[in-house]
Amino acid sequence: MVIDKLHIEDTLKQVTDPEIPVLTIQDLGIYQGFDLEGDKIIVKITPTYTGCPAMDMISVNVKSAMQEAGYTNVEVKLILSPTWTTDMISKDGLRKLKEYGIAPPVEKTTDKSYLSDEPKIVPCPQCESKNTEMISHFGSTACKALYKCLDCKEPFDYFKCY
Amino acid sequence: MDKNKNILLQYVLQLADNAMILGQRLGELCGHGPILEQDIAITNISLDLIGEARVLYSYAAEIEGNGKTEDDYPYKRDILDWKNILLVEQPNGHFGHTIVRQFMFDCYHYYHLTEMRNSSDIRLAEIAKKTIKEATYHLKYSSEWMIRLGDGTEESHAKMQEALSDLIRFFDEAFIPSKIEKEESLKGIAVDCERIRNRAWEKFRSVCEEATLKIPEVEYPQEGGKNGLHSEQLGFILADLQFLQRAYPNSNW
Ligand SMILES: [Zn+2]
Repeated sequence: MVIDKLHIEDTLKQVTDPEIPVLTIQDLGIYQGFDLEGDKIIVKITPTYTGCPAMDMISVNVKSAMQEAGYTNVEVKLILSPTWTTDMISKDGLRKLKEYGIAPPVEKTTDKSYLSDEPKIVPCPQCESKNTEMISHFGSTACKALYKCLDCKEPFDYFKCY
Repeated sequence: MDKNKNILLQYVLQLADNAMILGQRLGELCGHGPILEQDIAITNISLDLIGEARVLYSYAAEIEGNGKTEDDYPYKRDILDWKNILLVEQPNGHFGHTIVRQFMFDCYHYYHLTEMRNSSDIRLAEIAKKTIKEATYHLKYSSEWMIRLGDGTEESHAKMQEALSDLIRFFDEAFIPSKIEKEESLKGIAVDCERIRNRAWEKFRSVCEEATLKIPEVEYPQEGGKNGLHSEQLGFILADLQFLQRAYPNSNW
């Protein structure tokens, strides 16, 4: 198999996240490029949360996407540096999250408000209302918290700043 | 194995065991939480801790470098080889017990990771930089519940006070260095757990105060887990955790 770096890059960038299928691993910021060792391709992924159970699934998805593209000698390596933060979600990713009904993180982890731990306003992804409240610190997955809109009454997931 | 390498291995396992056993304990509440949101919260914390245990056990396997995997440590070691603090093996009790135990662990865990980010061991520093984000969130969560229940109704207050009295004797062990933690070769690598004691206690005291809870005097502080001496509780946990691998060795999912 001829190794075509651009083709590999293209293939990898299109792999989607199993929990939030509208996002690619590139949008999410967890895709960290690949290394070549002879004809072996080592794909680097930095996990969102340490215990994120989707990581195994992502590895499987990466391998099968690569196989379809004709690359069989592929290893997925989890790396911890750079440490993933929600700041690494692309602009496109933030927009897609909202369209999907998940409120994107409202601040950067470097913002004063994140560090000072003040309560933040998370606009409802359905009706844009700022009149919302947190129901629970933890949502359906480790990366989300559960909110409720007090105007349209819809509950929604919030992608926590992390 | 080289002596210093073995010391590092033992240290990494001690850290992993804390996260693993507390993660396993919290996992027992899956489907049994007091309300749905808290069921989800507790199991999310469990997941974070088991994630932390996994990266540490994987590192341990790399240090040993003899073909072991991350699974060998939780599934195939017997009680005396476990080096977790006694606090994390204590039963879930009522929700107040679960929260007090969590809050105590979070007070230790948060400051421990804060320091471990500066470890001269690059991998440990990386792991700390990652997991402290989760530990920060846990500390926030457990502090809020301490206050909500402690400064809540008469009944919730009484239950929290009871849990505090039951568990306070296990709090300080985290800050007493084990034989391994005192090893010369771990200087700069291991966290000096006595150095974080004051900060952890300060946080502990201030939250208890806000929660209107009285910190009981400790007559008989309990320690030993870090050196492999455990309460009977750990045996029950391992019986459950290791059953499959013991009954059907090397079986796979
Ligand atoms: Zn709304």
